[in-house]
Amino acid sequence: MTVLLSIVTGVLFATGLYMMLRRSLTKLLLGLLLLANAANLLIFTAAKPVKGHSPLVAEGAQALERSAADPLPQALILTAIVIGFGVLAFAVILFSRVYLNTGSDDSEQLTQTES
Amino acid sequence: MSHWIPIVLFSPLITGLLALVLPNRGHLRPVLGLVGSLVLLGAAIGLFSETADGTIAYYHFGEWPPPFAISYAADILSSLMVLVSAVVSVGTAIFAFADDDDTASAKGYHGFVHIMVFGVCAAFLTADLFHLFVAFEILLIASFALLVLKGGRAQYEGGLKYVALNLFASLMFLSGIGLLYGMLGSLNMADLAQLAAASDEPARLSLAAVLLCAAFSMKAGLFPLYFWLPASYHVPSTTVSAIFAGLLTKVGVYALFRVIPLIFAADWSYFQAWLLPIANFTMVLGVFGAVTQKNFRRLLSFHIISQIGYIILGLALFTPLALAGAVLFLIHNILVKTNLFYIAGYIERLRGTGNLKYLGGLYKERPGLALLFLLSALSLGGLPPLSGFWAKYMIVRAALEAGAPVSAGVALFTGFFTLFCMMKVWTEVFWKKPPEVNADRPGAEPASEAAGRKRPALPRLPVFAAVFTIVAFNGLALAIGLYPEPLIQLAQQAAHQLIDPSDYIQQVLGNMP
Repeated sequence: MTVLLSIVTGVLFATGLYMMLRRSLTKLLLGLLLLANAANLLIFTAAKPVKGHSPLVAEGAQALERSAADPLPQALILTAIVIGFGVLAFAVILFSRVYLNTGSDDSEQLTQTES
Repeated sequence: MSHWIPIVLFSPLITGLLALVLPNRGHLRPVLGLVGSLVLLGAAIGLFSETADGTIAYYHFGEWPPPFAISYAADILSSLMVLVSAVVSVGTAIFAFADDDDTASAKGYHGFVHIMVFGVCAAFLTADLFHLFVAFEILLIASFALLVLKGGRAQYEGGLKYVALNLFASLMFLSGIGLLYGMLGSLNMADLAQLAAASDEPARLSLAAVLLCAAFSMKAGLFPLYFWLPASYHVPSTTVSAIFAGLLTKVGVYALFRVIPLIFAADWSYFQAWLLPIANFTMVLGVFGAVTQKNFRRLLSFHIISQIGYIILGLALFTPLALAGAVLFLIHNILVKTNLFYIAGYIERLRGTGNLKYLGGLYKERPGLALLFLLSALSLGGLPPLSGFWAKYMIVRAALEAGAPVSAGVALFTGFFTLFCMMKVWTEVFWKKPPEVNADRPGAEPASEAAGRKRPALPRLPVFAAVFTIVAFNGLALAIGLYPEPLIQLAQQAAHQLIDPSDYIQQVLGNMP
C-alpha cells in the first residue's frame, strides 16, 4: 500500500514538474494542479497510514490500546485541499484573463513587464 | 499567556472583513482602515513592551496543553517585526487617502490590505509550522487580489508570474511539512526542535530542510529564484507596491531566520556553506539589475533583492554581531524601502509617468520632496549617519571578524553601486531639465499619460496625506540613524535569542514533561 502510494506520489510530482516547464499557460496550470495533489498525497503517505484502526479511545480507557491511524495528517490535507482549491480557482481566472488580454497562450510572449 | 497576541491577530482580520462588507460610501472604508491599523499599532506596542526585556510571550489557542495546542509565541525578533508591520500598515492607511481611487476601494482594496496584514502578523507570531503555511497562504491570496486589482494587461502578466512562482514555492513548503511530520510526528516548532535534536537519523531530515529552505528563499527573493519579483512588484498601485516591498519578502526572510536555525541546528554548517555564496550573488545581481532599469519602481524592486542579500549574509555568518546587524537591517529596510516606493508613487502621480526618461526638473519645482528622497536614498546606500550605515557597518564588520572577507568586499561593492544607482535616479528625476513635451513618448505607460499635463492639481487632503506619510517615515529612519543605541541593543538581544533558542523552546512548550 505505502509502496504503491509512494510511486503514485512520485509520478504526480514528475508529471507536474514536466507540465510546469512547458511554454503553454494551460499546461503550467495543469502542472500546478498535479503538484498540489502530489503534495497532499505526500503528506498522507509520509505519515504512515494504518488500515482499519480508527483512533477512538474505548469507553473507560485512558489511552489508545493499540496503534491506530493518525488523524492529524488527514486534517492537514483537508486544510491544504481547501486552500489549494481557492488559490487554484483564482489562478484559473487569472490565466484566462491573461489569455483574453494578450491573445496568446505562450509564456514566451509575456514580456511586457520585463523591461 | 499574553493577551496582546490575539488582539494583534484579530484586529487586522476584523478590520479587513468589515471593510469588505461595509458599503463603499464617502471615506467610510479608508477611515475604517486607518482606525483598524491604529488599533493594530497599539496592540503591537503592547506586545513589544511585554517582550522587550527578553521575556517570551506566548498564547495557546483554546488553552490546550502544548504541543497539541496551536501555539503562538513572540520573542524580540517577532514582536519587532510585528511592530514595524503595524507602522507600515498605518502608513499605508494614511497614504491610501492620497492614492485614493474609488474603483479600487469599490473592488475591496481596503479589505484585502488588512487581511494581508493579518497573514503577515500571523506568520511573524506563529510557533506552529503548519500555521506558518496557512499564514503564508492567507497573505498570498490577499496579495494576489491586490496585485491584479487595477486590471490591465501589465497587471495580469505580472500577476501570472507572481502567482505561478509563489504557488510552486507553497507546494514545496507543504511537501517539506509533510515529510517532517512523517518523520518526527509534530508540527510545533519548539517541539520539532527538540525531536530533531534527539533524532537518530539526522540525514533524513535534510530532505525536508532543503525543501523548506528552498521554499522560503523563493518567497524571500533570493538568488537564483528572484525573477518573479521585479516582474511583478511595479505593476499594482503605489500603496500596494509600497506595502509589498516593505513586508512580503521580509516574511520569507523571517521564516528562514525562525525555522532553519531552530529546527535544523544540526545541519547548520551545511546550510552556511550554501547561504554565503547565495547571499553574495543576491547582493551583486540585484544591484546590477537595478542599474540598467528605466522604470522608477522596477528599479527599486531590484534594490529589494540586493538588500535581501545583506540580511541573508547576516544569517549565514550567524555570529551575534552579524545577526544583530541583520535584524537592524530588516527594520531599517522595511521603513526606507516603503518610503522610497511612496516617493516614487507620489512622483508618478505628479507627472503621470514612472519612466525615468520622461521625468526631470523636480528639484526646482519641489525642493522639499527632493530632500526627502535624498535622505532615503542615501540611507539605502548606507551613508553615515543614516540608518542604513549602522546596519551595513555591523554586517560588514561581522563578515571580517568571521573570516569571510569576500562577502565583506561584496557587501561594500554592492553599497557603492546602490549609491551610484540612487545618484542616477537623483540626476534623472530631480536635476536634469524636464524633457520637452513629448511627442515620442510611447503608449506603454497607463492611459493617464496624455492627460498628465492637464490633470488638475491634487486636492489638499491627498497632498497632505502623502507628504505626511513620507515625512513621518523619513523621520523614523532618521531617528534610527541618529540615535541607534536602543535599537542596536534590542537587535543584540534578538540575536542572542536566535543563537540560543532554549528559552523560546521552554516557554512555548510550557511545563511539558
